[in-house]
Amino acid sequence: MNKVLMSGNYVIGEAAIRAGCRFYAGYPITPQNELTEYMAEHIRSVEGGVFLQSESEIAAINMIAGASAAGLRVMTSSSSPGISLKQEGISSMAACELPGIIVNIMRGGPGLGNIRPSQGDYFQATRGGGHGDYRTIVLAPGSGQELADLTMTAFDLADKYRNPVMILADGMMGQMMEPIVFKKPKPRVYSKKFMLQGAGNGKSKFIRGLLLDPIDSEEHNWKLARKYAVISISEPRYELYNIDDAEMIIVAYGTAARIAKGAIKRLRGSGINIGLFRPITLWPFPELQLRELAAKVKKYLVFEMSTGQMLDDVRLALQGYADIKFHGRPGGAVPTPAELANVIAKIYKRNY
Amino acid sequence: MAKTVYKRPKSLKENIFHYCPGCGHSIAHRIIAEVIDELDIRGITIGVPPAGCAVLAYNYFDVDMIEAPHGRGPAMASAIKRSLPDRVVFSYQGDGDLAAIGIAESFHAANRGENITIIFINNCVYGMTGGQMAPTTMLDQKTTTTPLGRNKTLDGYPVKVSEIFSQLKGVTYLERCMVNSPVNINKTKKAIKKAFQCQIDGFGFSLIEILSPCPTNWKMSAVNSCKWIDEVMSKEFPPGVFKDEIAAARKAAEDAR
Ligand SMILES: Cc1ncc(C[n+]2csc(CCOP(=O)(O)OP(=O)(O)O)c2C)c(N)n1
Ligand code: SF4
Repeated sequence: MNKVLMSGNYVIGEAAIRAGCRFYAGYPITPQNELTEYMAEHIRSVEGGVFLQSESEIAAINMIAGASAAGLRVMTSSSSPGISLKQEGISSMAACELPGIIVNIMRGGPGLGNIRPSQGDYFQATRGGGHGDYRTIVLAPGSGQELADLTMTAFDLADKYRNPVMILADGMMGQMMEPIVFKKPKPRVYSKKFMLQGAGNGKSKFIRGLLLDPIDSEEHNWKLARKYAVISISEPRYELYNIDDAEMIIVAYGTAARIAKGAIKRLRGSGINIGLFRPITLWPFPELQLRELAAKVKKYLVFEMSTGQMLDDVRLALQGYADIKFHGRPGGAVPTPAELANVIAKIYKRNY
Repeated sequence: MAKTVYKRPKSLKENIFHYCPGCGHSIAHRIIAEVIDELDIRGITIGVPPAGCAVLAYNYFDVDMIEAPHGRGPAMASAIKRSLPDRVVFSYQGDGDLAAIGIAESFHAANRGENITIIFINNCVYGMTGGQMAPTTMLDQKTTTTPLGRNKTLDGYPVKVSEIFSQLKGVTYLERCMVNSPVNINKTKKAIKKAFQCQIDGFGFSLIEILSPCPTNWKMSAVNSCKWIDEVMSKEFPPGVFKDEIAAARKAAEDAR
């Protein structure tokens, strides 16, 4: 298979089309415009491919919901403020069990914030984001190659669980150029019985989120909860790096994890033994896998490009079995590996 | 042998409407179902009901349906149509749904000339949430949020969807009708049929606005509601064909062939 050099936003677009995405809707916002533009240029040249520049992010999410109901593999993308606007639609897709991919190339917030890379949307992504008792599967790629692989995986997971899946990356990931190999996507497995394509001569179907009877609604919520429980057990993904003789472990995802790897490399040979635990699925968070590590390693440093959001999940996972420190740079500030290495060295020596 | 002159359309399920007595939604549903039967499109029709009194429309229409979040019907309908271009797709919307929260989705679906049909129920109020002011509420009309009547200085003016949307190049056919008398109901049915046919022929976006009684929130009898449409509402919202480019679209299609 050939390696190609591509920037992250394009990688997502190309991987999506290869995975069979046939409907894309989006509204321009920096730093993800290249993805929208890639889809505009390429999806219409595959048979049945639809590109729609929507009038808003609200329209975009409802467009992909409609196309998903019609049976297509669908995707929308945006960056933080636009993702906020999509939340009602994501909640509605979860309620109606419609598969679909939402890409969030995070930027600095809150509010309009700035267009620099950030990880401030972790809570929004992993806690449902919209209203109601639902979950979104959240994938956090850590390299160009993973952007390609996880985009394909996202479509498979969305179909398998009939649930929205979010790809959570940031402006850095979106712009980064790396050599990529596009793997062969798996054939789609999705039953026609979930598609709304006209009743033909048969019985008509309907898809709805409104359940006025509280008992019906409760049962629907429990049904979704059972599905989420299966996902929590079956789908956690993570990477361990340099863990073997580590005395302290950094927990970081996405761009922050790359910076952490850089810092770890810098500290090699300085007598500071640190490893990295990198969650790849943010929901489900690889909770048990992190807890297992606590039997061996007692010191953790959570590093995020935020004021500390994944920190909550690390605390829940470690349940007091280990000491946890935090370092973060919110609002679009991106620390260098050297800067982080200094922070790590200080904390490591302080013997907390 | 007795001749059947009136029966339930095949495209309506056996369920009893939950709508209030005298409500225009029931009438609109019935004539849409009759049109679906007459055009023989039950099996290829996909409907998008709104948040609003018609949110349970899937209990009545025996066609595939997907409920849209409040105001988002045209975005969903556009996407369904583009995904399945040979299906007949319609969005069914109230005045709050279309002219307030969903004005952007409706306007842009129209402007893109999506080959879909919007059935727009204008009843001058928010029915489902209990009779608050809608964008189409008449000046001086009392609602629960305009207890002294709609005040143009404070609340703005009734939004005239047909007048505004007919300005959009993307719109092929647009008519405003009423369902307050048998004659008007027949006219409305004809308009709906024409709109669906326009879509089937691939001629583009159609919208049928229906002035529709809401006796409950107007606090009137069913009969007086029908009168009010004639005497008051239709003065602000005059019925008629606002745009009909079907002949031009047919000619263009023939020339292109
Ligand atoms: C996002 C959102 N906001 C508000 C509501 C509450 N809501 C449901 S229907 C409706 C208005 C319905 O009025 P209209 O569209 O005129 O339809 P009608 O009920 O009169 O047929 C509102 C405000 C909602 N469902 N979703
Ligand atoms: S409240 Fe008005 S619009 Fe709603 S069902 Fe009753 S009469 Fe019809």
